[in-house]
Amino acid sequence: MSEVIQEKAPSKQAASINIITQTGDGARPMTGNEAIARGAWEAGCKVAAAYPGTPSTEILENLAKYPSEDVHAQWSTNEKVALDVAYGASYGGVRAFCAMKHVGLNVAADALLTEAYIGVNGGLVLAVCDDPGIHSSQNEQDTRLFGKLANVPVLEPSDAQEAHDYTKWAFELSEKFDTPIIVRSTTRIAHTRSPVVVGEREQIEDRGFVDRPENVALPTTARARHPVVIEREKLMEEYFSKSSKVQWIKGRTDIGVITAGTSYSYVREVLPGVSVLKLPATFPLPRDIIREFCEAVDRVIIVEELEPFLETEISAMGYKVEGKVFFPRAGELSPELVHEGFAKAGLLKARKIETPIEINELVRPPVLCSGCPHTGGYMALRALDARVAGDIGCYTLAAMQPLQAMDTCVAMGSSIGTAIGLAKAGNETKPIVATIGDGTFLHGGITGLIDAVYNDADITVLLLNNSTTAMTGGQEHPGTGKTLRGEDTHAVNYADVCRAVGVKSLTEVDSYDLGALYQAIREATEYKGVSVVIANRPCVLDPVKIKGPAFQIRAEGCTACQSCMNLGCPALSWSDEMLEGHYKIKIDEASCIGCTLCVQICPSDCIRPAAELRAS
Amino acid sequence: MNDAVKGPTNVLIVGVGGQGVIMVSKILARLSQLEGLQVKQSEVHGMAKRGGSVFSHIRFGDEVWSPTIPMGEADIVLGLEWAEGLRWLRYLKLDHGTFISDTKRIVPPFSCRDRTHHAHHGYAHHTVAEIIDQVPNAFAPDATGMALELGNERVANTILLGILSTVMDFPVESWLKVLPEFVPPKTVETNLKAFEAGRAWTKKDHDPDLHNGSLPVKPVQRMVRKVRLEITDEWCKSCDICVKMCPERCLALDERQIARLVNPDACTGCRVCEWLCPDFAIAVHVDAVPIESIAADTAAEVRA
Repeated sequence: MSEVIQEKAPSKQAASINIITQTGDGARPMTGNEAIARGAWEAGCKVAAAYPGTPSTEILENLAKYPSEDVHAQWSTNEKVALDVAYGASYGGVRAFCAMKHVGLNVAADALLTEAYIGVNGGLVLAVCDDPGIHSSQNEQDTRLFGKLANVPVLEPSDAQEAHDYTKWAFELSEKFDTPIIVRSTTRIAHTRSPVVVGEREQIEDRGFVDRPENVALPTTARARHPVVIEREKLMEEYFSKSSKVQWIKGRTDIGVITAGTSYSYVREVLPGVSVLKLPATFPLPRDIIREFCEAVDRVIIVEELEPFLETEISAMGYKVEGKVFFPRAGELSPELVHEGFAKAGLLKARKIETPIEINELVRPPVLCSGCPHTGGYMALRALDARVAGDIGCYTLAAMQPLQAMDTCVAMGSSIGTAIGLAKAGNETKPIVATIGDGTFLHGGITGLIDAVYNDADITVLLLNNSTTAMTGGQEHPGTGKTLRGEDTHAVNYADVCRAVGVKSLTEVDSYDLGALYQAIREATEYKGVSVVIANRPCVLDPVKIKGPAFQIRAEGCTACQSCMNLGCPALSWSDEMLEGHYKIKIDEASCIGCTLCVQICPSDCIRPAAELRAS
Repeated sequence: MNDAVKGPTNVLIVGVGGQGVIMVSKILARLSQLEGLQVKQSEVHGMAKRGGSVFSHIRFGDEVWSPTIPMGEADIVLGLEWAEGLRWLRYLKLDHGTFISDTKRIVPPFSCRDRTHHAHHGYAHHTVAEIIDQVPNAFAPDATGMALELGNERVANTILLGILSTVMDFPVESWLKVLPEFVPPKTVETNLKAFEAGRAWTKKDHDPDLHNGSLPVKPVQRMVRKVRLEITDEWCKSCDICVKMCPERCLALDERQIARLVNPDACTGCRVCEWLCPDFAIAVHVDAVPIESIAADTAAEVRA
């Protein structure tokens, strides 16, 4: 029992009263993302790369706030390239870092699974942010399973302080055990602000490139390395069992809870007094300490978000444990759900929430902004009644009411490949259009376009170029002409790219010119073979907020046909006035940016500049 | 229940993307920190930025575990928008929670979807009077209107903070110290005025009916529309204008290239096709038949 720690001050306590009030380099409020960035900087990281993706985006944005002499921080074209860049730096003998969202790891996985065999020179850490509850993603895959698949250790911080501490620790472990390390965060950690006690930057010795046979992944070297990887797993398992970061909170011995990550804070909130084993790493599992814990309590309950990962592993160790029978496997956990789970387990009384008053909750889904340049393209596609293969970005919102102009959306860059398949199926009567944003096109769309030309697919690609990575908050990318640190660089010319890969039908239009857009897409769809329409207009939010003279509706002229409402523009809503049983429309001038899309649609030509209407 | 243990103070700040929910919650987090308290502030963004619902949980006290507030345990719900405030009301402590919400309405395009005759808004229908009647500690100022009087709509949040300051234990000096750290330097003076205006507002009596938080929906006869399109085939020259311009996409050209109503269920009888047809080939006949007398349930539901 010597290595089992009694409840030390949990990390939140470490940042207790006297430290919190300190300013300067004491405790400061940080989100999990800020804390991970700080941890990487303190660990002496020299090279960091990422592709933006909620909830991980702010990690690199924050790392880029540290001096460029300390750390080279860059946006990469996608997660695979980002990991390659970081891995290259590790080969070169410096500490390197890479951040991505959970689905980004799918893109980078090809490299990661082999890197686990090769090992590292400079420490290599990946921060991977899962999104339980699917706040802003297309699935809720569990990165812990990836750790197991790739044979890469997974650390699980439970708050911002641990996010900071574990990131630093991960660099040490990476070099000590010759492996990349994953720090698995979740949306809740990434976007929760709590005090973090920070430290100084370590001076790390530059190791330089080291010639090792395993540097080159070949069947012969890989065969030699696989047993090493398996041995490493065992060594790390033993190491984690003895780690002081394992927290065994002594409590009632009739109930013991094994948990990690955010779930730990819910357990402490909801069920105080029981024995808790909090694991700092969920792969490889510290089996010795788990065994000891399971022997010390009468009943073991596992609380974990998403997959029954701990539950399956610990069951396989021969212990009777309960977990997903009480707690949901889908979605994000919350104190309410954890309470409900413990209630089902007979440990708590079920809570009955009484609401003071029954409220009909307003449906308020996210929408495309007023003046969003994507709106026009989808309005044209809606009018054209096309079969639209969509992609990932703000414009995926066009799949919802009222535009409803998108039929499929899978993964970053999938639109073009999907469209090729739809065309090759040979049974579609509608014109087939792939829609893809500029950032997504660079990330994973170009290879699809090459494929389309190569295989002579009869499709149209609508490239929605708003000159930013909009969905994640306006990050630079290779098409914007700026780097992560705001330095000028070459901007990709999309028309050149299209021509270079062999696209013969190419049109560029203004996203705000509905007529031109409609005509361009219609002509493109009539072209036999691959046609590309590039619609250009900057995002209205980033990098600069765009505001033009607002428009207003001349109520006498409005026929309440609601044509403009099909845009889904948030500046448009019903006025109080009715015509033949339908509300007329009014414009919220504060949010109208003057894009004129509604003006172009209005059949009764009653939408005018607000200033003009006031003057008359 | 958890309340038995001395738990943290829970404040839920809610609104619509772009309203400043995060800024307001940072001010509160800073105040808690100045008091030497443990604090966690949790938000979820991403999709929320696009005009969606935004919320931020702030919990402070001697010990804070979960970053989110369990339902029914918020000491204060602060709404920067009326329907958002109402949405999170179920998080409020039933007996002694405080509800503060601007009566400002931001109507999403989604609430204007119903195309039936005399359809009413999908916006929250509860009035200020109803809420004040049923929630023990409820404040429903027209903060945006007050802010406009001060010359800057953006200070509505600060007015709400002024009201919030009267129900929290932080000393006024702390508020006045923290506030300028978070607002643009040029607006410090207006913001301090707004803060005072918020505090002053709580000292006066207010007639809840004066600023109605729900939409002024009049009790009207709701109709089922029976739309009939009379298309004179001989006059139709297949120009496609009606097909392209129909807001509901319910027209199409048939095999003879003549306009046809192919999706009669979607037709709202808006007459756009009739007015736009250059050849007067379409006549729209709308017979609206009452389906329900909603005067009674509107009175209860809407209280216009």
